[in-house]
Amino acid sequence: MLSAEGLTHAFGPVRALDGISFRLEAGHTLAVFGPNGAGKTTLLRVLAGQLRPQRGCAEVRGGRAAIGWISHQSFLYGHLTVIENLRFWASLYGVKREARDRRAAELLTRLGLAERADQPVAALSRGLAQRATVARALMHDPAVLLLDEPFTGLDLAAAAELRRLLGELVGGGRVAVIATHNVDEGLELATDIAFQHRGRFVQLAPRAGRDRTQVADAYRKAVGVSGA
Amino acid sequence: MLERLKLAWVVARKDLLLEFRTRTAILSAVVFTALVLTVFNFGRDPTAVPTIDLAPSILWVTFTFAAMLALNRAFALELENHALEGLLVSPLSRTSLYWGKLIANLLFVTIVEAVGLPLFVLFFDVPVWHVLLPLVGVIALATVGFVAVGTLFSAMVIRTRFAELMLPVLLLPFLIPPLVGAVQVTARLLSGRPASEVVGWLRLLGAYDIVFVTLSTLLFPHTVDE
Amino acid sequence: MTLAQKGRWTTLVGLVLLAAVYVRALAFTPIERTQGPAQKIYYIHVPAAIWTETAMILVGVASIFFLFLKDARLDSFAEASAEVGTAFATIVLTTGPIWGKPIWGTWWTWDARLTSTLFLFFLYIGYLLLRGAVADPGARARYAAVLGICGMVLVPFIHFSVYLFRTLHPMPIILKPSAPALPGSMLATWGVSFAVFTVLYVGFVMQRYALARARQEVPHA
Repeated sequence: MLSAEGLTHAFGPVRALDGISFRLEAGHTLAVFGPNGAGKTTLLRVLAGQLRPQRGCAEVRGGRAAIGWISHQSFLYGHLTVIENLRFWASLYGVKREARDRRAAELLTRLGLAERADQPVAALSRGLAQRATVARALMHDPAVLLLDEPFTGLDLAAAAELRRLLGELVGGGRVAVIATHNVDEGLELATDIAFQHRGRFVQLAPRAGRDRTQVADAYRKAVGVSGA
Repeated sequence: MLERLKLAWVVARKDLLLEFRTRTAILSAVVFTALVLTVFNFGRDPTAVPTIDLAPSILWVTFTFAAMLALNRAFALELENHALEGLLVSPLSRTSLYWGKLIANLLFVTIVEAVGLPLFVLFFDVPVWHVLLPLVGVIALATVGFVAVGTLFSAMVIRTRFAELMLPVLLLPFLIPPLVGAVQVTARLLSGRPASEVVGWLRLLGAYDIVFVTLSTLLFPHTVDE
Repeated sequence: MTLAQKGRWTTLVGLVLLAAVYVRALAFTPIERTQGPAQKIYYIHVPAAIWTETAMILVGVASIFFLFLKDARLDSFAEASAEVGTAFATIVLTTGPIWGKPIWGTWWTWDARLTSTLFLFFLYIGYLLLRGAVADPGARARYAAVLGICGMVLVPFIHFSVYLFRTLHPMPIILKPSAPALPGSMLATWGVSFAVFTVLYVGFVMQRYALARARQEVPHA
């Protein structure tokens, strides 16, 4: 469903991607751990088709329309209400009007935002805004989820909430890639793990029942820094 | 093609909705227009220079400055919460994005001009009723040209330092053909000259519009994609 | 010899030839009847004006190729051509008034060539300012290319606007030098001068290009 082959991209002298290749089948979630500047966001941007790599290629079945992007940037317009934001983003992804309102109602209820539908996004707390972000990303029922440091800026409660939500979303028929510098954040959701360091995948393996300590140790060894 | 236009309208409608909520850009531009016209009116000596000679220049300088205020907001509003990133990751074609911004900008500038023209007629006591339709036509023709280029440039300047200053500086040379043409045609319309004199200018304006709308559409993806 | 050195030699040759052109123009070319000695500035003024425009067109062409090929050398060439074009525009904008004052009694006139060059000058300044204002080198090259192409396409429109304006507000034509109507020796001097300015353009661009490439290499060093 998602494949990358020899992805290479440099910004001037900095190699953000240096020959990354992998495949993900439906139902798999890849957690990419790496320190800041390792090139994780660049990898996601290439997968999303927003950045054409200097070498190599990436393919996502269904193209951009099949991708839901969640990051710490909400992409929401503060002066528009939650429902207006959802409608706008859904139209961009080709969701028809009848389906739009139905889906929006469904998601808002599920995410506990139903009473806030007509509030401007700027009035929401960070945690609620993050839920609205998830709603925005799911309006078109994407088969692929790309998550770029989604837990940044969330307090413990909100982060736990997000983890729970994501837990419900990943698996099934979906493919997900989570990029994070924090081993705790992606681990429980992952079926496969990779460590990205200086543009390369230092290790790429199924998680296979390893616990947090083992992964953190391996991470430390792989990138030579102290893990989260 | 139709799908692209529909999506462009979705983008434009979102921009209009946002502007309607905050109203800052449109109000600033309208107030600015009124101020400039007032200052110009105060500053001149009606006995020394006949109004009709200066009027077209004043009108167009006012329109242009007010338009710059409107142009800046087009991509600036996408910076909040990095919405631009979201637009680029979505299946929205770059052409639809550009056209959506262009449509929204044109509507803004039209509103400003719709307020400015009556004020202009009022302050300068210039008779326009007999040439209203052609006048509106030339205003539209000139506006499309510089708003097209301005929309393209506004996408670039948001990533520069001094964005609000860079846009007028970059846009100035591109304003010259449409402005000169518009002023010349406006002057001739207001003084009741025969239509044959303005044909050359109208052709220039038309050619400018076609060329630069096309060119801007083609070049736009390079301002947002790498 | 490195490119920069070759550029310096070329420029040197150009400047020497320019001095020779001056001598020829001042001492060996007849004085134009109606305008007097001041007309001789024309030998500097017009070739510089032609190269100001050509440099802009070259910036545009290089920019088009850059957007397709993504070769940084094309971007460096565009940068070099733009700076040299700005320098030439400045020459035109200073020699023009110097010539105009004794003829017309005023420093500035809205004559076609001066006006077009003034607008081109603003175009160049905008281009250079944009380059200076963008921090990311990738974005800088792309944005400059977009502006360069727009600038190149604008040149004919500026021409037409100025031309249309002039035909409706005629300037004193009799005092304006027009190229084809010159007698032999004047034409020869003009031709040599144009060739010299071509050499100067090439020399300056070579040096400036070499500098731009060197600057790009430094972060990799």
